[in-house]
Amino acid sequence: MSAFSDPDSASASQKAVTGSVRLLHEAGLHARPAVKLSKLAKKFSARISIANSPDGPWIDAKSIVKLMAAKTPRDTLLHFHAEGDDAEAAVYALVALVEQDFP
Amino acid sequence: MTENVSLVIVSHSPDVARGTAEMVRQMVGDEVKVAHCGGNPDGGLGTDVQRILRAIDEAWSPRGVAILVDLGGAETNSEMAIELLPEDRRSRVVLCNSPIVEGAIMAATEASGGASLAEVRATAEELSPR
Repeated sequence: MSAFSDPDSASASQKAVTGSVRLLHEAGLHARPAVKLSKLAKKFSARISIANSPDGPWIDAKSIVKLMAAKTPRDTLLHFHAEGDDAEAAVYALVALVEQDFP
Repeated sequence: MTENVSLVIVSHSPDVARGTAEMVRQMVGDEVKVAHCGGNPDGGLGTDVQRILRAIDEAWSPRGVAILVDLGGAETNSEMAIELLPEDRRSRVVLCNSPIVEGAIMAATEASGGASLAEVRATAEELSPR
């Protein structure tokens, strides 16, 4: 299940979808929230990246190791970027997960 | 959904093995089967090939089994257990070179998304200490 596909292989009609949400979880993106976020990201076929700033660096939202290594603190504005057939649903679901404080 | 890769936790301490499996269940969920074993047959610290074989059997998935170990003997006894498996299963069981608790959580998260055995091991090993 390779998380990133070659961007050039995506069809030209597929547009990128972006979204952002404030991370209010008390301890930041620590182990449990990171597990939930990457598990949810894996349910979508879209290529999904996440960053702590609109300028990146962008990391693979399906990579639990990279998400945890980022040690994203509380109050960070998280940015999502997705490309693929279900990109819109993916960004919507991921933003909702963060908004709802990782239920 | 097709079955996921499953995990076996092998520690010298039965408590560490049980606790690690419990962390996986609570943090990742129950869509990944996790079996655990620890301690020698006398009830002391150690690992035992027969117990590891039983744990592999308990966790068995046709997609494969990833084993997470703690120290020295856990690794060599797990390798021995793999060698004792029937030939058709041997190639579908791998040892992960990663910290036992962290590796188990990473491996289970990867496995929960339907990843292959090689991907599950790579994710656990990606975490290795720098």
